Amino acid sequence: MSNKCPRLKGGAYEPATPRARRTALVGLAAWVLALFAVPLADAQANGRQLLHAERSLYREVLVYETDGVRCMCFTRNCRTGRQTCMEMRRPERIVMNYPRMMLGALYVHPEPRRILIVGLGGGTLPRVLEQLLPEARIDVVEIDPAVIRVAKSHFGFAESERVRVAAMDGRVFVKRAQRDGRRYDMVMLDAFDHEYIPEHLLTRDFLAEVRAVMTPDGVLVANTFSSSRLYDHESVTYAAVFDRFFNLKRENRVIIAPLGTLPSRAELAQASERFAAAFRTYGIDARELLRLFSTRRDWDERARVLTDQYSPANLLNRR
Amino acid sequence: MYVVFPYLVAGWSGFFVMAVELLGGRLMAPTFGSSIYVWGAIITVFMLALSLGYLAGGRWSLVRPSVARLGAILLVAAASVTPILAFGADALDTIALAVPDPRYGSLLAASALFFVPTFFSGMISPYAVRLLVRDRATSGRHAGQLYFVSTFGSAAGTLATSFYLVLILEVNHILLALVAVSFAIGIPACLTRRQVDE
Repeated sequence: MSNKCPRLKGGAYEPATPRARRTALVGLAAWVLALFAVPLADAQANGRQLLHAERSLYREVLVYETDGVRCMCFTRNCRTGRQTCMEMRRPERIVMNYPRMMLGALYVHPEPRRILIVGLGGGTLPRVLEQLLPEARIDVVEIDPAVIRVAKSHFGFAESERVRVAAMDGRVFVKRAQRDGRRYDMVMLDAFDHEYIPEHLLTRDFLAEVRAVMTPDGVLVANTFSSSRLYDHESVTYAAVFDRFFNLKRENRVIIAPLGTLPSRAELAQASERFAAAFRTYGIDARELLRLFSTRRDWDERARVLTDQYSPANLLNRR
Repeated sequence: MYVVFPYLVAGWSGFFVMAVELLGGRLMAPTFGSSIYVWGAIITVFMLALSLGYLAGGRWSLVRPSVARLGAILLVAAASVTPILAFGADALDTIALAVPDPRYGSLLAASALFFVPTFFSGMISPYAVRLLVRDRATSGRHAGQLYFVSTFGSAAGTLATSFYLVLILEVNHILLALVAVSFAIGIPACLTRRQVDE
């Protein structure tokens, strides 16, 4: 036995020599350094600075800054995984396209008093809506406590009398809201990124639950995808619950689905005028946003509806 | 048939357990979400049920072991999945309402749905080892081959379910198909008459 396992002596491991221990320590130190050095070196190569990195239960939350623009990313390659950005000298300006497009929901319901936002990111939407709508109460639900911490520490997000954040799964929050009889005039779904879709938030069953927490003239707005095979499945799933909706497309896709009838072009235009001045502060062109509204059903109607029983959204989202 | 059945049953049971575990995440997500607690609860329950199943399977192999009884274990494991199809969603909602804490709620829910089928699946491997082993000298080899087949089955079940089956079938239809295959293997095994030498 012992000649086969030379390190075994009297049934116990031989203690490591001081030299071996030193080598191990040096190796460990090098490994720890490398963990920090890799993102730093990577960031410097692109002229950007890593301000903060935090490994959460779900992912790594990174904060980069490039030329005065600060972004929250969930991947080291920040180009594809940008969650939210902020221009440090003009923090009120909305940098990315999709939150601007999501604010288009105000054209459909200009005076929401209760708003639910699923997915916090850097907190752009609650910040802007809190300023735009002095009457509104905003509930935000975010699954990842690390994202909430980073939004507060690096993106100026703050809870208040009117803005509350819950750290839990969005679907669980909606179910509880339904049970407690809470209703929202506006529900904003911003829980997807390019890497991963929480599949239980893209099913007919979930959308029906969302519908149940909406007021009769309420509106749902969702930030989703505009490419891949998933487009057809996603479209028929929304159509199964909301019948008709507005489709806004750029690099992202934003769906705006009112519970009641779709407002006419004139009504949308009227509401857009109302927000034109305020939107300018945030860098949004109200007219340009209006032009994105489309009701064309440009998807394959025969695609299979996504349900709790059939929800391979991530597999369908492969390019 | 005598050697084939223990391997076949153990390999299929490995496939079955992992497929059910993956689908368990799907079944629980609408009620409990897909936070890390939910997966933690599911994996805990499966590991715990398997470990107790190993004990029970080893114990039961002491009394008149036979291929027929091995087949019976497989049938019981498959049959205990069927209540999930009928009552799963209602049970989950009831438990979520009774236990709002996401950790203990999902632990209780995972236990209610998956403990019994996984416990019986766990009984299979030690029981199959008993049917295969002839003497002490070759016992390690037989056990090794059986672990290979069973864990290989688990790998296949994981891959097939997560990569392909969810793309084609609804969750409940996959569960039904799993039950059907278990019956297709378990019933002929049950009908095998010969007794293992004591």
